[in-house]
Amino acid sequence: MTTPSSAPPAGENYFNRDYSLRSWLTTRDHKRIALLYLASITGFFSIAAVAAALMRWELLTPQGDLVVSDMYNRLFTLHGVTMVWFFLIPSIPSVLGNFVLPLMIGARDVAFPRLNLLSWYVFMAGGLLALYSIVAGGVDTGWTFYTPYSSTYSNSHVMAMAAGVFIAGFSSIATGLNFIVTIHRLRAPGLTWFRLPLFVWSLYATSLILVLATPVLAITLLLIMLERLFGVGVFDPKLGGDPLLFQHLFWFYSHPAVYIMILPGMGVISELIACFSRKRVFGYNVVAVASLAIALLGFLVWGHHMFVSSQSVYAGLVFSLLSFLVSVPSAVKVFNWTATLHRGSITFDTPFLYALGFLALFTVGGLTGLFLATLAVDVHLHDTYFVIAHFHYIMVGGMVMAYLGGIHYWWPKISGRLYHEATARVAAVTIFVGFNLTFFPQFILGYLGMPRRFHIYPAEFQTLNVLSTAGAGILGLGYALPLCYLGWSLFRGPRAGANPWNATGLEWTTPSPPPEHNFDRTPVVTQEPYHYPEPGA
Amino acid sequence: MTAAALPVLALIDGVLAGASRIAPAVNALFFSLLLVSATVALGLALVIMVFLVRYRRGSAAPRPPLRWAEWKFETAWIAATTVIFLGFFYAGARVYLRMAEVPAGAAEIAVIGRQWMWEVRHADGRRELAELHVPVNQPILLRLTSEDVIHSFAVPAFRLKQDAVPGRTVAAWFEATRPGRYPIYCDQYCGTQHAEMGGEVIVETPEDYAAWLAGGKEAAPAARGRALFIRYGCSGCHSGNSAVRAPRLEGLAGHPVPVEGGHLLIADESYLRDSILLPNQHVAAGYAPLMPSFQGVIPEGDLLDLIAYLQSLAGETPPANPPAP
Repeated sequence: MTTPSSAPPAGENYFNRDYSLRSWLTTRDHKRIALLYLASITGFFSIAAVAAALMRWELLTPQGDLVVSDMYNRLFTLHGVTMVWFFLIPSIPSVLGNFVLPLMIGARDVAFPRLNLLSWYVFMAGGLLALYSIVAGGVDTGWTFYTPYSSTYSNSHVMAMAAGVFIAGFSSIATGLNFIVTIHRLRAPGLTWFRLPLFVWSLYATSLILVLATPVLAITLLLIMLERLFGVGVFDPKLGGDPLLFQHLFWFYSHPAVYIMILPGMGVISELIACFSRKRVFGYNVVAVASLAIALLGFLVWGHHMFVSSQSVYAGLVFSLLSFLVSVPSAVKVFNWTATLHRGSITFDTPFLYALGFLALFTVGGLTGLFLATLAVDVHLHDTYFVIAHFHYIMVGGMVMAYLGGIHYWWPKISGRLYHEATARVAAVTIFVGFNLTFFPQFILGYLGMPRRFHIYPAEFQTLNVLSTAGAGILGLGYALPLCYLGWSLFRGPRAGANPWNATGLEWTTPSPPPEHNFDRTPVVTQEPYHYPEPGA
Repeated sequence: MTAAALPVLALIDGVLAGASRIAPAVNALFFSLLLVSATVALGLALVIMVFLVRYRRGSAAPRPPLRWAEWKFETAWIAATTVIFLGFFYAGARVYLRMAEVPAGAAEIAVIGRQWMWEVRHADGRRELAELHVPVNQPILLRLTSEDVIHSFAVPAFRLKQDAVPGRTVAAWFEATRPGRYPIYCDQYCGTQHAEMGGEVIVETPEDYAAWLAGGKEAAPAARGRALFIRYGCSGCHSGNSAVRAPRLEGLAGHPVPVEGGHLLIADESYLRDSILLPNQHVAAGYAPLMPSFQGVIPEGDLLDLIAYLQSLAGETPPANPPAP
C-alpha cells in the first residue's frame, strides 16, 4: 500500500528512516523507544523463562536431583524478580503503551520525549545490575525479599539485586509521569475524556499507580540496604526492628503493582473485543471508571497478603472486606466484555483468540482470588501452590495473553507487515492449552497442602507435578512460535496497509509503519470511540 | 497412570476430609466457593460460546438494538456481585474469628521455629524435634515463636497455618479429631533447607498418649530455668548477696511494677521477655539502667525456660533488700 505524504520522501517511516545503531540509541521517538523496550523485555523474559523451565524440570521428581536447594532458591528468585520488574511491569505500558498511546490520542510524541529515552536507560541500568547479581552468584530471598531473612540472614547478593530493582523503579515513575502528562495535555482537538479509547483509560489508571506506589518500594528497598550494610535496626527484631513492618511496606507497593500488571492488559482486551466484534464496548463509561476504581481500591488491600502473619484479626477483617470490593470492578469488566459480543459481528483473528483466552483465564484467576480473599480459606491456602496457580492465571493467563494479543493486533502498525495467520492461531491455541496444563494442577496441589518454594516434595504430589511440567513444555513451545513467525514477517510478510483490521481509532488512520511524527496533520475527533457501523445495517 | 494416581487419592482422602475441629467449616466454605465459582465460570463460558457462534460474521442472526438501557444491566450485575461477595466475606470472617478464639481448657505447647527445624516444648518439660504428640479431641494452644527468620507452622489436614515471627510469640490453636500422623510443613520461605523443615503431628488416643507421656521425663522448664538463671549470671546481680543493686525477682511475675517515668506495668510474659532482651526500655523505679542486653546471647528456648522460672517465683515474697551501700 502506498500512502502519499507531503513533507518527508514517500515511503519513509520511523523505522527505515535511519538504521544506524546510534540513531536507535539516541532516539526520542516514542515508537523506537517502544521497540527498544520490546527487545530488552523479550531478553529478560527469556532469562526468567529458562529459570522457570529449570524449576519445572527439577519438580518432575520428588527428590532434589537436578539442582540443590541453594540453586533452586536462586532460580525462583531470579524468575520472580525478572518476570515482575523486568517483564510484566514494563510489558504493556512501556512497549504497547509507548508505541500506541501518542498514536491513539493524535499526538506527535509523548509529552517528554527525552525523559522517555532516559526511562529506558534507567530501566536497562537496573536490569543489568539485577543480572549482575545473578552472574555474581545469585540471590536466594524470593522476589518478596521478606525480612529478616533478606536483611540479615541471606548470604547472597541481595544488595545488587535490591539496587537493581530500586533503580528500575525510577524508570517506572518517569514513564508513569510521562503518560499522565501526555494524556492530559496532548489529546487531539475534540478528543474529550469520554471519547478516549479504553486502553488509554487503563494506561492512565496504571500510571497513577506507577507514580504513587513505586516510591514506597524504593524506600523499602533502601531500608533493607541500610539494615544489611550498616546494621540499622528497622526490620530485624534482634536489632530492635519489626519484621512485619517490611511486609506492610512491601505489599503497600506490591499489591498495587499487581494492578500495574493487569490494568493495561484489561485495556488491550477492550480494544480487541471491540474491534473483532465490530461493536462499541458495552458499558464504556463503567469500564473506564472501573479502571480508576481498581487503581484506587488497589491501594487499600495490601494486608490480604498477611492474614497468617500475626497481623491483628480486625485488620484481617477490614482487608478481606476491601479485597472483595476491589474484585467487583474486575468482575464488572468481564460482564461488559461478554455483553459486547452480544449482537456483534465476530471474526476469529489471532488477536481475538488471545482476547478469548484472556477472558477464560482471567475469570479463573479472578474467581480463585475470591477463595484467597475469604479469610478462613486463605489460612489453609496461603503460601501453597494454590496461590502460585492463582497469580499465574492473572499474570500469565491475563497479562501475557493480553500482551501477546496486543502485539499481534498492533504488529501490522508496528512493522507494516502481516504475519502468517494460521501459524499464529496455532501458537495461540498451543499457549492456551500449555498454560492450563501447567497451572491448573497447581490449584489441586495447593489445596492438598504443597507449599511453594520447595525443591523437594512428598511422593504423593508427583503425578500432579509431572502434569504441570509437561504443560510447561507445551507452553514453552507456544512462546517460541511467535518469535519465529513474527521475525519472519518482518522480512517476508505481505504489506499490511494502514488499517488491516478495519478498526476504528486514530492509530489506524496513519500509514503503517507510521511516519516519524505520526500524523501529517493533527487529526480532529468528532465521534465517540468504537464507532463501528450499526450491525445489520 | 492409575497406579501413579493412587497415592494422590490416599492423600486426597486424608487432606480433603480434614482432621480437626475447624476443618469441616473450612471445607464447607471452600466447596461453596467452588460451587459458585464453577457455576459462574461455566455459565459465562456457555454464554460466550453461544454469542461466538450466533453472532459470527456473516451469520443470519438478527441484531436489533437492545431493548433495555445499558445502565440497568450495569446496576444489576454490580449489585449482584457485591451481594454475593459480601456473603463470602461474612462467612469467611466468621470462621476466621473462630480460629482466633482459643477454647477454654486448651493445653499450652510452645513451638520454636529455627533454621531449619521445629522444636516443641511441652508444659511438663518434654522436648521434641520435628514431632508433636497430642491427644485426640483436646484443644491445643500453640505458642509460636522463631529464633531467627520468619517461619510458618502449617498442618494442612488441620487447616492450620500461622507464621512464627522472631521477636514475638503468637498463639494458634487446633483440636485434632482423628488419631493419625499428619505432615507439618514450613510454609514461609526461610532459606536453604526450607523444604526440609517439616515434621509430623502425631495424634494419639488418650491411652497411647498417656503411654507416650510416661516414657521418660525431662526436667520441668522452671527447673531448667533455675539452672540457666545461674549460668547466664542473672543471679550475680538479682540475688541477695550481690554487690550491684538490682531488683529481686521473687513475687514479680504477674504483679504490677513501678518503672522509671512514674507509671505501673504488669510484669507479664512480654514484660519479662523485654526486660531480658531490652533491659533499658523499662527500668524498675529506683534502679540505675545498668543491666546489659541479652539480645542474641540467650537463645529462644532458654528464654522460655528463664521466663518459666521467673513465673514459678510469682508466689514468693522477696527478702528485704539490703540497704544501699
